[in-house]
Amino acid sequence: METPLTNNISPGKEPADLRQYENAGGYAAVRKALRLAPAEVMAIVEESNLRGRGGAGFPTAKKWSFVPMGDDAPRPKYLICNADEMEPGTFKDRLLLEGDPHQLIEGMIISAYTVQADVAYIFLRWAYKLAAERLESALAEAYRQGYLGKNILGSEYSLELHLHVSAGRYICGEETALLNALEGKRANPRAKPPYPQVSGLWGKPTVVNSVETLCNVPHIVNRGAAWFKNLSRSADGGTKLYGVSGRVKKPGLWELPMGTPIREILEEHAGGMQGGYRFRGLLPGGASTNFVVADQLDVAMDFDSMQVAGSRLGTGAMIILDDKTCPVGMLLNLEHFFAQESCGWCTPCWSGLSWIEQILQGLEEGSGQSSDLERLQSHARLLGPGHTFCALAPGAAEPLQSGLKHFGDDFHRHIREKRCPWR
Amino acid sequence: MTTIHIDSRPYIAQDGDNLLQQCLSLGFNLPYFCWHPALGSVGACRQCAIKQFKNEDDQRGKIVMACMTPVTDGARISIDDPEAREFRASVVEWLMVNHPHDCPVCDEGGECHLQDMTVMTGHAYRRYRGRKRTFHNQNLGPLVNHEMNRCIQCYRCTRFYRDYAGGRDLDALALRNQVYFGRHEDGILESEFSGNLVEVCPTGVFTDKTLKQHYTRKWDLQTAPSVCVHCGLGCNTIPGERYGTLRRIRNRFNGAVNGYFLCDRGRYGYEFVNNKHRIRQPLLRKARGAALQSAIKHDALQHIAALLSNGNRVIGIGSPRASVESNFALRTLVGPERFYAGVSEQDNRLLASILDILRQGPARSPSLHEVELADAVLVLGEDVCNTAPLLALALRQSVRTQPQKIAEKMHIPHWNDNAVREAVQQERGPLFIATVAGTKLDDVATRTFRAAPGDLARLGFAVAHALDSSAPPVQDMPDALQELAVTIAEALKTAERPMIISGMGCGDRAVIEAAANVAWSLSNTGHPVELCFTVPECNSLGAAMTGGVSFESAFETVVSGAACNDNTADAAAEASTDVTADFSVDTIIILENDLYQRADAAVVDRFLAAAKHVVVIDHMDNATCARADVVLPAGTFAEADGTLVNNEGRAQRFFQVFVPEGDIQESWRWAQDIMTITGSCKGQPWMNLDQITASCAAAIPLLQPILHAAPPADFRVGGQKIPRQPHRYSGRTAMRADISVHEPKPPEDPDAPLSFSMEGYLGHPPSALIPRFWAPGWNSGQAVNKFQDEVGLPLAGGDPGVRLIEPVPARKAEYFSNVPTAFTRHADEWLVVPLHHVFGSDELSVLAPAIAELAARPYLALNPADAAELGLAAGNESRLQLLRATDGTGYSLPVQLKPELQRGVAGLPAGLPGLAGIILPAWGKVTRLEIGMKQGAPP
Repeated sequence: METPLTNNISPGKEPADLRQYENAGGYAAVRKALRLAPAEVMAIVEESNLRGRGGAGFPTAKKWSFVPMGDDAPRPKYLICNADEMEPGTFKDRLLLEGDPHQLIEGMIISAYTVQADVAYIFLRWAYKLAAERLESALAEAYRQGYLGKNILGSEYSLELHLHVSAGRYICGEETALLNALEGKRANPRAKPPYPQVSGLWGKPTVVNSVETLCNVPHIVNRGAAWFKNLSRSADGGTKLYGVSGRVKKPGLWELPMGTPIREILEEHAGGMQGGYRFRGLLPGGASTNFVVADQLDVAMDFDSMQVAGSRLGTGAMIILDDKTCPVGMLLNLEHFFAQESCGWCTPCWSGLSWIEQILQGLEEGSGQSSDLERLQSHARLLGPGHTFCALAPGAAEPLQSGLKHFGDDFHRHIREKRCPWR
Repeated sequence: MTTIHIDSRPYIAQDGDNLLQQCLSLGFNLPYFCWHPALGSVGACRQCAIKQFKNEDDQRGKIVMACMTPVTDGARISIDDPEAREFRASVVEWLMVNHPHDCPVCDEGGECHLQDMTVMTGHAYRRYRGRKRTFHNQNLGPLVNHEMNRCIQCYRCTRFYRDYAGGRDLDALALRNQVYFGRHEDGILESEFSGNLVEVCPTGVFTDKTLKQHYTRKWDLQTAPSVCVHCGLGCNTIPGERYGTLRRIRNRFNGAVNGYFLCDRGRYGYEFVNNKHRIRQPLLRKARGAALQSAIKHDALQHIAALLSNGNRVIGIGSPRASVESNFALRTLVGPERFYAGVSEQDNRLLASILDILRQGPARSPSLHEVELADAVLVLGEDVCNTAPLLALALRQSVRTQPQKIAEKMHIPHWNDNAVREAVQQERGPLFIATVAGTKLDDVATRTFRAAPGDLARLGFAVAHALDSSAPPVQDMPDALQELAVTIAEALKTAERPMIISGMGCGDRAVIEAAANVAWSLSNTGHPVELCFTVPECNSLGAAMTGGVSFESAFETVVSGAACNDNTADAAAEASTDVTADFSVDTIIILENDLYQRADAAVVDRFLAAAKHVVVIDHMDNATCARADVVLPAGTFAEADGTLVNNEGRAQRFFQVFVPEGDIQESWRWAQDIMTITGSCKGQPWMNLDQITASCAAAIPLLQPILHAAPPADFRVGGQKIPRQPHRYSGRTAMRADISVHEPKPPEDPDAPLSFSMEGYLGHPPSALIPRFWAPGWNSGQAVNKFQDEVGLPLAGGDPGVRLIEPVPARKAEYFSNVPTAFTRHADEWLVVPLHHVFGSDELSVLAPAIAELAARPYLALNPADAAELGLAAGNESRLQLLRATDGTGYSLPVQLKPELQRGVAGLPAGLPGLAGIILPAWGKVTRLEIGMKQGAPP
């Protein structure tokens, strides 16, 4: 089984420096790409069926294709790496950032070349201090070696790549809020359309890709679309970093073929539930996805299969709910997070999420009423996609509505017993 | 035009608009908060949710925000859809989660948009059981009150304050349901447009602090359509009265003039009407040296009749702050040849020049709305932020006109406000500002230029020459300045709607002529152009049209006449002797004019001393009244009707808001009374406003259209007048119950088709007669939507006012050729130029306590290098003595350093209490005032 993304990564050790990275075949993809026309690189990525790993699964080449090209395209154009990994339970980008910073830089150079970006930014989560350190030093090496800056490797192409360490908010992971944050404004999302490819950073054409997406690009260019597709066990190409947290024997993070079934990840890689704990459900891709329960564990973890199963692949980082943990308490914890991280722009989000949190708090404290469940149900519905300005509140509604569906009895017990049965 | 289907019925809609604006224009009651017709859409509040269907077969549809969805041909939407209704009700419920449930006792109640929308969506029962979040409120100064617990986070305040009006010190802070709209700390809001927060806020977070000082329920206010009197722009207002005092001013939408906004001087200056120094009874001085004493109206008029019976030795001095009708009445009373304009020789010449330039054309004077549409602007010599604030606000929008094309290229609709701003980023202009000192608009200017007035004029002449080589050239232009002139010329030439703005602010005729040359050079070379002049007062242009030479001529006539007639007078020594004495004057009648505001005190003293009798008709006890023998109490704008002509040349009618106590009446009625009692009335006396307006229109052809500024007094709708009191006006039968239980008949109003009562026509009157904006279910100012055919566009039936000046468009204009020489410093002398202050430079608004609190304090502005030469540092006391003051009058002033002032130029705040009446520019000497020398000044 090939693991191209993590091949060079040895957790707990220093990442490969430039020489080591080159020795392992690094930056060959940049050399190759610079010899191709941007459209040719785009065609390879398109054929590979690489889909955005940030959670939405939008085809990467398609995203790039909306960038205006040619001499009369507005300049400068921007490529941004969204490294603001703040999805609860998710720590996959951190591995890539800390473990192999050159891989990301190489991916960014190629991607930037493909859309003919002039400037690129890595928008990094504030708390990732080690990643910041390692990226800084890798960037310096890349500039010294001529992979960045003017006329990269003697070509006509130039790229400035900057690291920007975010001030830190969950909403900065929303690509348009990220742009506002990068411009020094309130990190409120922007209206779409216009999309960033047309009017992005400082009003110029901009592409925002996630860390894992960009890290795939050098390998696709190096080894070709067919190879990439073959890595996968499903229609979506490549491998995927899957993580598991919660009461399993071996919580962790693994690079596996895209489409590996949930059960296989849970049992083979995470070692199954710890002794004395029973599995009740899991959030498959960070906090803003629907609960998956025991009878759905054979679903393949890829974008389309998860959607069919009524959830989303999301970040692919699972959070396990066990029988010794109160599902209402878990939801309270999550909804507290979402309410707190609401940017305060649109009403359903800033007001609705706080109300949800209050109701859940009441249930946990024993002051719940049966009408509270109706309120929660209606909120889960009213915070749906299209009702709010961005995807934060719909994301928050997903675990809530599926939690109500799968753990309804537990909610009723809270009301009936006027207390949390787990306390 | 395109067809859309709303709830399965077809409607004609405007392509390119958003669905919210269209639904409102079509008369649907679709609730909203964050959207504002002047601010556009941002999609924050989610209140205007509707259902949109893909096509006829789509039965499910999806929820969209009407404000963020463009009108497309054949669009199918539903407002009534149950899911959309449920969602809208939920949005209000979310907004009300933290909002206080105290509507019955809330001071916003009764005109609260949130209250209206809550009722509209049907949210009536509170299901939230938690605690409400609370905030600390800030002291934002004397104008705006802050009550953050009411906030619904719609972001309108910061979008208006920052994005629209360019303020910096109010922002959205923090996040989630704790977003705080305020300053970084307590303090006076810096923007001179802060009062608009009161109307922009859909609930009571920002309220009128001056109203709070004398609060009354909104439905208890008697209101009438009015016009602001605090600068020359003529913004439309709605003053409200209760129990004989004026309580507040609200904006009266006029699409061509002020739109949705007012400046703080205009909104808060009204309290002068309630000032304790108001004159409410006639005052009479029985003998020279005696004190002025209250008199009954009949005695005062008899006394004047006696003064005037002695032959025809009377002159009248008019006023640019009095109505056209009042000026005309005085002119009629004394005769046109004995009528003097109430302004200085300098102002009279500048006004005549402006009037002439606008009348001759070919450049047309734009409305404020047209200023917003300009796409390249040169401001020459005028600090519009301080002399005409709403013009500055319009310019702040105009700098977005050209950059808007960037967004158009990306197919971003103009109303998608944040998207447009993100696409456009910092692109602004072109806007060029050439003024003596820095202005608050400099942050959006393409280039600025600072110089003495003469050099500003030279820049203007050079721009004109760069545009058309047959315009007179400017000699000895420095290269840098020539480059600037060419840059400006290029920007104006390539624009679609170039505009030149100038005015009387720096008191220099060459500046005005240079502005005209720029406009004419554009026109003469086949380019479009508009030319906008600011004038200092509410009826400066109207008074100028009424005619009369300056009051200095009156001074000369009176003082020299007195000298010849009465050789014992002290004045004789100083009077010029070359004026023949065939025109002797016994009595001067001064109309709404404090001459001490307009000329040096010593000059006015001599003048008033030389006249045997002085009659003053005014509303405020001032220095001129103190010298009068008879004072007649005039009505302010709130107690009178009349017509004012603004800087655009637009005649607008203002209507009496309430019946004042005492003998207060319109100045023109006093003039009529005097004519009646002296028997000098030629023809029928004027019985009402329409009659004097008609006489005026007949006598002065230029003013002929004022007849149509508003419907006449006998105008009725269905036989009914328009009520000044809302139908919810309370306590009518009780408010006099301590005096009599019999309800008196409402006062008659012979002058207006408006009544002083609740009864009358409750529908929509013609736009000039709208006493307040109200519609069923719409109790806040947002009801204005219901008075427009297309929301955000002119009032139904056209915006109020008539334009008096339309230039000959195709005329080839002759250039002015009086190019001044370059400014050179004088040794030990400074050219003192006026610096205007939005708070302080206006005579009347500064009498309002809240404005007085914000008014600038006297100072002398110097270039730091000049100050250093004089041994002066910031804050040091200096002494300024104007060269023309032969009597040693001087002013002790603390020094302010202004690096942008040209060396050799000093700035003096215009019109401040203590500094009024100083005609500038003028040369003066500045010295360091040693400690211990301070006494005796300022005068």
